[in-house]
Amino acid sequence: MSQAQPRTVSAAPALPASWARPRGGALRAALPRLVLGLYLLFLLVPIYWLVNMSFKTNLEISSAMTLWPREPTLENYRRIFTDASWYGGYINSLKYVLLNTLISLAVALPAAYAFSRYRFLGDRHLFFWLLSNRMAPPAVFALPFFQLYGAVGLFDTPWAVALAHCVFNVPLAVWILEGFMSGVPREIDETAAIDGWSFPAFFIRLFLPLVAGGVGVAAFFCFMFSWVELLLARTLTTVNAKPIVATMTRTVSAAGMDWGLLAAAGVLTIIPGAVVIWFVRNHIARGFALGRV
Amino acid sequence: MSKPRNERAWLLVLPVVVLVAFSALIPVMTVVNYSLQDTFGNNEFFWNGVGWFRELLDPSTDLGGRFLDALWRTLLFSALCLLIEIPLGIGVALTLPRRGWGVAASLVVLALPLLIPWNVVGTIWQVFGRRDIGLLGAALNGMGLSYNYAQNPLDAWFTVVLMDVWHWTSLVVLLCYAGLRAIPDAYYQAARVDGANGWAVFRAIQLPKLQRVLTIAILLRFMDSFMIYTEPFVVTGGGPGNATTFLSIDLVKIALGQFDLGKAAAMSIVYNLIILTVCWVFFATTTRDQNDAVTDAGGKGP
Repeated sequence: MSQAQPRTVSAAPALPASWARPRGGALRAALPRLVLGLYLLFLLVPIYWLVNMSFKTNLEISSAMTLWPREPTLENYRRIFTDASWYGGYINSLKYVLLNTLISLAVALPAAYAFSRYRFLGDRHLFFWLLSNRMAPPAVFALPFFQLYGAVGLFDTPWAVALAHCVFNVPLAVWILEGFMSGVPREIDETAAIDGWSFPAFFIRLFLPLVAGGVGVAAFFCFMFSWVELLLARTLTTVNAKPIVATMTRTVSAAGMDWGLLAAAGVLTIIPGAVVIWFVRNHIARGFALGRV
Repeated sequence: MSKPRNERAWLLVLPVVVLVAFSALIPVMTVVNYSLQDTFGNNEFFWNGVGWFRELLDPSTDLGGRFLDALWRTLLFSALCLLIEIPLGIGVALTLPRRGWGVAASLVVLALPLLIPWNVVGTIWQVFGRRDIGLLGAALNGMGLSYNYAQNPLDAWFTVVLMDVWHWTSLVVLLCYAGLRAIPDAYYQAARVDGANGWAVFRAIQLPKLQRVLTIAILLRFMDSFMIYTEPFVVTGGGPGNATTFLSIDLVKIALGQFDLGKAAAMSIVYNLIILTVCWVFFATTTRDQNDAVTDAGGKGP
């Protein structure tokens, strides 16, 4: 009742219209903030719960629901940093993620340039074929990869996982870079050719700095999709190159539920991603437009 | 528009072709090869022709029934994810401020779920939903709802879909936000002069300008939700019963669990073809509309 009143009152010509308007305006201005705030809260609460658990003892986790640790402990983290089978997992993961990012960019850069600058025999088919690999479920590749990398002797090395992840990262990198490169006017290429630049010199010293943003975005996406993938990484490794994500699943199922340790390991896998985001935070919006909007 | 024709460009594409051929073409050929054969172990193979495919697409057989059940579950899951995530993503993107200190902070929080390894996402929700040690499970049960994702199929679905919304809506938000930022201020000024309200601005300006990013968002979300494996596997393990056994989970079970190579390979091919077909049809129809729009605009021009 009382909420409906101001509107009817403001409709009467005797009262100043500005009286009702700021109220509606203030509410309208606050509503998006409220929705956004609630949504961000929804994103953060599950992560908070994991962080919260990682600082608890297993006794406290299983005995009571507490919103923050009563007896904060670093024991879970200490175990991870002192046990080679745990911290080795992080190093293995970082190895193949970095390898994959480097390989993906190295092959995708010239290809993206070709797609953005020239027409050639079968170019459209090739582009769609590349993208179609992004659409193949990793589950489809798990078994043949297992045999392929076993046959060529790369099984259980970071190379196997890095190459396997190229199946979905290379097409994505080509796609992103092609978008950014198409935004650079072709006159630059022509002028450089007239000025006597050789192609490699032009490409590395003149062209790459112009699409540096795109390279950063492509690297971000390669890092992201390689870092988060589990199925192929787990299938292609056993002992020496075992990534942290696989360590987590195996240890948990074998040794019963050590929730505190699991939570701490999980928190540590979030950190590299958070660091990367922090560095690219000012470019995220543009990057997600994939350079083409 | 008119790119010069130059066949030497193939030299630049060659590394990609070699790499992807090695890591995609060889496995695909292996899969095709297996799909036509049967094995009783010991690396002995027998020609089976299209037998596996016939069995797979016939709902009355054991394999066919299992495949179709998993297919419907996966389609339902993808549909639910798209129906929730796309509108929610657009909505949240519209609430993001255009400038100010809040933008960077919001974007960082939004991007956070995207960079968490998928099995950790599963772990987070596995813990979060448990009634004994998880906040969500305890809160729901505290409100008098009996919620147990490990035993009740409906609760399992609720958890898995909520997890996917949590995990991936941010991608839609970031894509849409990038699209919204690309709209020149002049459009909004024109709308203000015309006295358009918020809804009219959304329908006439924002939504049409978002078409391209939304195409990308829908494609990516369809593909990835249709291929989902790790997250539901960690949370529910495909259960209770087979309630959340999606295609990928079933496929891995057959391929790496039972080592039924022929069946798994045939299933892989049909599975992959479904994704390719859906994406191609969707892509072809949306880009044709966009091309038509461009041609129309060109016709009306000078």
